[in-house]
Formats: sequence, structure tokens, C-alpha cells
Amino acid sequence: MATLTVNDKNYDVTVSPDTPLLWVIRENIGLTGTKFGCGMAQCGACTVHMNGEAVRSCVTPLSRAEGKKIVTIEGLSDEVGKRVQQAWIDEEVPQCGYCQSGQIMAAAVLLRTTPNPTDTDIDNGMSGNICRCGTYQRIRKAIHKAAQAK
Amino acid sequence: MKSGRQVHVQGIKRSLLLLIALIFFISVAYQQIKPEPQAPSSPSVPQKEMAYAFDSKPSNPKPKTKAELQREKESREAFMVAYTVFMHPRCMNCHPNGDTPLQGEDSHLHTQGVTRGPDGKGLYALKCKNCHQDNNIAGLNMPPGQPNWQMPPAHLKMIFQDKSPRQLALHFKESKFTGFKNLEQMIEHVEKEPLVLSCWHPAQGLTTPPISHDEFVAKVKEWIEKGAAIPVN
Repeated sequence: MATLTVNDKNYDVTVSPDTPLLWVIRENIGLTGTKFGCGMAQCGACTVHMNGEAVRSCVTPLSRAEGKKIVTIEGLSDEVGKRVQQAWIDEEVPQCGYCQSGQIMAAAVLLRTTPNPTDTDIDNGMSGNICRCGTYQRIRKAIHKAAQAK
Repeated sequence: MKSGRQVHVQGIKRSLLLLIALIFFISVAYQQIKPEPQAPSSPSVPQKEMAYAFDSKPSNPKPKTKAELQREKESREAFMVAYTVFMHPRCMNCHPNGDTPLQGEDSHLHTQGVTRGPDGKGLYALKCKNCHQDNNIAGLNMPPGQPNWQMPPAHLKMIFQDKSPRQLALHFKESKFTGFKNLEQMIEHVEKEPLVLSCWHPAQGLTTPPISHDEFVAKVKEWIEKGAAIPVN
């Protein structure tokens, strides 16, 4: 059995230590806001925060997440996280929405370390999160808006 | 008593002698005042000093013995074998000529546009360890893993890509390129650094360098111990 701290709550789960964190979050804990995209760390749909870093939960084994602070889209409620989500709503960023929880989690990390990002910073921070609907320009606009809203 | 004709001939002879003497003295005087020919670019530099100005090498280097020349040759040959490892994708992919690491056997640019960052560990949501775990993940095209997965930091990029054997060997002898205080530290690095060792334990579907790790370390040692000779090209 392993104990996992997700969104400030402790969960005891009985799964193999090499189980991907994504499966534990979705299947064992029941938080389905984090999505499965590629399963090989290529697309970013499964991004969650682990001790503040935007890890790809589809390739992160449960053993690495034990004892760490995990935050999913459902628990992104700090000041930066709220600003990002509000900007996403204001700019109507999502189209199909499948990648958007991962996009928001990545944007929150970018804004925590770089409160006023340039377009280059946004490219460097967000280019690993793929959107099949091509909402990239709205994502960029929303990140700038969230930065200005502080 | 001399005749008028004899007096006239003697006068001519005397005049000719005087003329010859005059020409001789003028010639000698001209030689005295004529300037010496000098080097056009540095007229005041003595000849001995000029020789050093045009040739920085010692004027008479000690010739190398046959044994020394053989040792140098073996050192260069050892480097050329080690070079095949330095330029192999497992090694070179993290020593690119740019800030984006390379991937795969064809050393293409890393997907997602990952960038080095100041500490070599990536930037923002694209840090190396966000995807690369402590161990390789089973399956084709899955991220390889190692606890300290990273590129060289921004202040010490250690670029291997596009470097000839000569260029790379010269770089390895510079502390500002390697960050090592001496070449012995380089031996320790190739022998013990986990990221170097991980090249021989790649993720599924990736090749290992052309020689074993033990052979590689032996060749680096040989190159250094035999004088770290620089390849010709």
C-alpha cells in the first residue's frame, strides 16, 4: 500500500509501485480532470504538479510520487492558478478542451517562475503541450492576460 | 732642354692623373655617406631580434626521440577510438551545437522544443525530469531515465556536435570547456559519471556506443597518459 497526497488530501492506494501516477489519479482516486493523451510523455495532456513541477503523470511511476505534494487541475486553487483559469474563461481558450487541463497546469508553472513572460518564454514553457484544435494563439493571449491580472 | 711638344704632353699626363685621383676621392667619399640597406618594416630592430619577431617557435627545438614520436602516435590513435564514443548519439545528443538536446539514432532535435535552461535541467514546464524518470521506462520510444538526467549547464555547454577530432581534443585540454581542473578529472568523469555510464544502458530500441565502457575508459586513459596528443585533423 502507498499513501499519496493529492490536492492536500491523503489517499491510501494498493497498486504496484510502477503504476503510472495518471492511472492512480484517475482510476483509484477518481479525479478525471487529468487526461490520457499519448501515454509516452509526448503531448502534455496528463500534466500535474509534483512538488511544484509540471510532471507528465502518464510516465511518472507511483513510487516517485510517494511523499510528494501532487496537485491536479481540480486542486489548482492558488493565486496564480486562479488567475490562469479566469484568463482561460475570459479568452474562451478551449475548443474541444481535451488538452486544456494540461495546458493550464503548464501555464501555472510558467507564471510562477516568470510572472511577466515574453512570447519567447511562452514558447519555451508551453511548446510541450500539444493542442489538436490549434488554440495556441488564444493560449498565448490568456497567459499574457493572466500575467497582467496580478 | 725640353721641347715645347714634350712640355705639352707632360701637362696632359699630369691633368689625367689629377682627374683620376679626383674621381677616386669622390667615389670613396660617396661610399662613406651612403646609408646602409635596412629592413623596410622595422629599421631599428637588430637582426637577431627580428628573427624572433617572425618566428615564435624556439629557434632550435629539441628533436623528439623515436620512442616519444611512437608514444604520441599511440596517444592520437587512442583518442580516435574514444572519439567514436564522443560522437555517438548516446553521448552527443546531450552535447548539441545549440540549446535544444537531440534525440534518437539520427540525432534529430528533441521534440517539444525542450531547451537547456541555465542549469542544463530545462525550463518551466519542460524540465528534463518532468518526463525522464530515474530509470528507463519499458517500451519503444519511451523516455530514457537516470536520476540526474540533464544537459551540460549554460555556462559550460561542452559542445561535441560538429567538432572534428582535433577540435574536440584541443577543447578537452581547456578547463573552460570541460570545467575540470586537470585531465585526470576527465578520466574520473568518463569512468564514474552515471550519465556517461547510462550510455551503455539505453532505453529500448536505442543503440549503445561502438565499444564497451571499459574499452572507452581505457582509450581515454591511454590518450591522456601518453601525452594527450592532438590529432592532425
